[in-house]
Amino acid sequence: MKNKYMNPYVAGTMLGIVLLLAMFLAGRGLGASGGFKYCVVSIVGAVDHSHADKSIYYSKYFEGGKKPLKNWLTIEILGVIAGGFLSGAISKRLKFKIEKSPSISNTRRLIFAFLGGVFFVYGAQLARGCTSGAALSGMAVLSVAGFVTMVAIFGSAYLFAWFFRKNWV
Amino acid sequence: MGPISSLIPMPEWLDLLIALLIGIGFGFSLEQAGFSSSRKLAGMFYGYDTTVIKVFFTAAIVALVGSQFLSYFGLLNLNLVFVNEFYVAASIVGGIIMGAGFIMGGFCPGTGLCALSIGKIDAMIFFLGGLTGAFLFAETYPFIQKLANGSYKGPVKINEVMGISPGLFTFLLIIAAAAMFWLAEIAEKRFARPDITNEI
Repeated sequence: MKNKYMNPYVAGTMLGIVLLLAMFLAGRGLGASGGFKYCVVSIVGAVDHSHADKSIYYSKYFEGGKKPLKNWLTIEILGVIAGGFLSGAISKRLKFKIEKSPSISNTRRLIFAFLGGVFFVYGAQLARGCTSGAALSGMAVLSVAGFVTMVAIFGSAYLFAWFFRKNWV
Repeated sequence: MGPISSLIPMPEWLDLLIALLIGIGFGFSLEQAGFSSSRKLAGMFYGYDTTVIKVFFTAAIVALVGSQFLSYFGLLNLNLVFVNEFYVAASIVGGIIMGAGFIMGGFCPGTGLCALSIGKIDAMIFFLGGLTGAFLFAETYPFIQKLANGSYKGPVKINEVMGISPGLFTFLLIIAAAAMFWLAEIAEKRFARPDITNEI
């Protein structure tokens, strides 16, 4: 029998303390989508360096010999994976599986998971942060950007929920 | 007075060690909350599981109240803590695209990483999609540069826009959160789906 999840208010308090620690120790909030960006920037830099140098987008991440993989956010998301694994191990939730509603096929679940990733991270680059970096961390420092992004993400997900209901309920 | 990183010149290894430890705490909290399950996260948008709003607002309020206390006691200079810059159109359009991605994929980037760490294959595919999304953004950047950098307002704070103190705003936010938590409990009963919640 797997262990139950933590009470949401207790887990939320723990998450809030981690966020507060990030603010106190590093003067910044939490992030996730930024780490995705630095991974891609590094891959593109390694595969086709001249393309990266010519691009107005990539070039700024290599200025002055900077290494995008040795970046705060890249290391932080490695930590997220380690922390998630640790928690899963303690609560006996480590298991390879495709989680989905019984009424859809594995293929359908994976196609939508892929598309979801594409949309989410594309939008996060545009908004300069995702649920972590823009919405949660932004709200914690009272930034208007944080509140607006939060309302836009949740509002849009509610709006689109009807179209994708077959995948979930 | 914090942030510690601006207090002392920090060697790179220490800065990155902090990043790693913060990440571990972040991933651990997300997984303990149950955010490694896409069906639990998606419950937020169909009402059968509202953990997302409870964890999200509790965390924001803890950090908000905590940072204001630290600042009040002279332990943290909030002027040195990063405040997200507001690009009106980019925040709204980006947020709408993210919401669509959320309901399709069932994860956000942070929860996706957390879910892949415990072996969710759908989260691994979400991660690949995420890398593809970041790549597409980089490649299409010249075409959307205007949207991305337009309507810039600077790092504006919401309490300043409303003309109230940070403390009063926080107080109002706590009341709003309490109301949302109450509604969330009602929603979980009304839209209960024991067939799903017993499985996740």
